[in-house]
Amino acid sequence: MQDDNKRFVERDRDWHPPAYAPGYKTSVPRSPSQALVSLQTSSVSELTGPDFRQLRMGRYDNDLLMNYRQGQGQDGLPVGERMILFGRVVDQFGKPVPHTLVEMWQANAGGRYRHKKDGYLAPLDPNFGGVGRCLTDEQGWYRFRTIKPGPYPWGNGINTWRPAHIHVSVMGPSISTRLVTQMYFEGDPLIPICPIVQTLKDPEAVETMTGRLDMARSRPMDCLAYRFDLVVRGELQTYFENQ
Amino acid sequence: MRQPNSQPCSELILRETASQTAGPYVHIGLALDVAGLPERDEEVWNRMATPEAEGEFIEVVGTVIDGNGDLVRDALLEAWQADARGQYQPAFDLQNAFNSFGRTATTADGNSEWSLTTIKPGAVARGDGKVMAPHINLAIFARGINIHLQTRLYFEDEGEANAACPVLGAIESPARRRTLIAKREEVDDKVRYRLDIRLQGEGETVFFDF
Ligand SMILES: [Fe+3]
Repeated sequence: MQDDNKRFVERDRDWHPPAYAPGYKTSVPRSPSQALVSLQTSSVSELTGPDFRQLRMGRYDNDLLMNYRQGQGQDGLPVGERMILFGRVVDQFGKPVPHTLVEMWQANAGGRYRHKKDGYLAPLDPNFGGVGRCLTDEQGWYRFRTIKPGPYPWGNGINTWRPAHIHVSVMGPSISTRLVTQMYFEGDPLIPICPIVQTLKDPEAVETMTGRLDMARSRPMDCLAYRFDLVVRGELQTYFENQ
Repeated sequence: MRQPNSQPCSELILRETASQTAGPYVHIGLALDVAGLPERDEEVWNRMATPEAEGEFIEVVGTVIDGNGDLVRDALLEAWQADARGQYQPAFDLQNAFNSFGRTATTADGNSEWSLTTIKPGAVARGDGKVMAPHINLAIFARGINIHLQTRLYFEDEGEANAACPVLGAIESPARRRTLIAKREEVDDKVRYRLDIRLQGEGETVFFDF
């Protein structure tokens, strides 16, 4: 089977947050206590994944300023700081990952999610849904237009707040490269005190989740741009069959 | 295993972007209907096969249970499986009679079951010639799960194939192996398989690293 003749760079589980991270209380009952079972022999089950090039996207699927508009003209636009979220999906060898599905979701400018279960007192924005998706282009670039989400409080501690963040999901070339993360905004003072950010041991790992202001891509009198590159596991060709 | 040469690799390869929990509102992004959002032109969801697809048309259901024995009501699951002939079909297209990829979720209300409508996958050959019993790869995302958990669902009525499966065989404990075997039910002439996923504690599901 052709796909068996490749592998991905091993996932460094010490780099990612551990399943059990007691500072983030919900992880306590939701973390396995047994060790993961390592699959020693790669198989097509893990080395392949879905290709979404035939998934029909709507015109505004990557434009959160437009994809939930109720009103007309300016009255139909969401409240908040207009921004572009863009970046490149590359693998660990720097190779672009083309035509892969990038999905994102977020709170509105007040920190409120359009979700049945979010009861935070900040109001819903009638013109903001908070979800987007797109495929990366030939060079691995993706792009969304949205508003900057607000921070919001949550019940982990007496007074815990999530830094402003956008949830980002990327498929990559295989289910082995599947990754869901969150993008934080460069310079936010809530980042270092967030219990979810603190699930990471290495401060450099937090850097990989930080979106950077990019004035060159910002649009004068319109919106700022934040760049967030995503790195997925690198694909290795093994060339030699085991004897 | 890092790189197929003698160079030190740590400087040569980039770090993977770190994972963060999908959080309590994962459904906004990946399961719009469950979140109460209007669906778009096409959504990736839990109908992986139509009755026209080749193979045995089945439903696969289950719950997700935490270490306290409580239902996890805000999980998102992703499925990846071979077709009836044991081949993966990567080209996702809602016009296809069968897609290898699907999504489902547990919900805030009711019995909080996830479900997939699909066909029973065929056995999948591995590069080393060993044959893996029919299975569905599952990934679980939820609030409190810092990096998604990966498991497999096998079928109770594939006893012989399961006994010979090199992946099931790699799990030392027979009791733990059983945590991956879905039970067959027949309801109104429909075939349904059930697997409850236990995140922690007694009967904890086997999760894989790959
Ligand atoms: Fe969030």
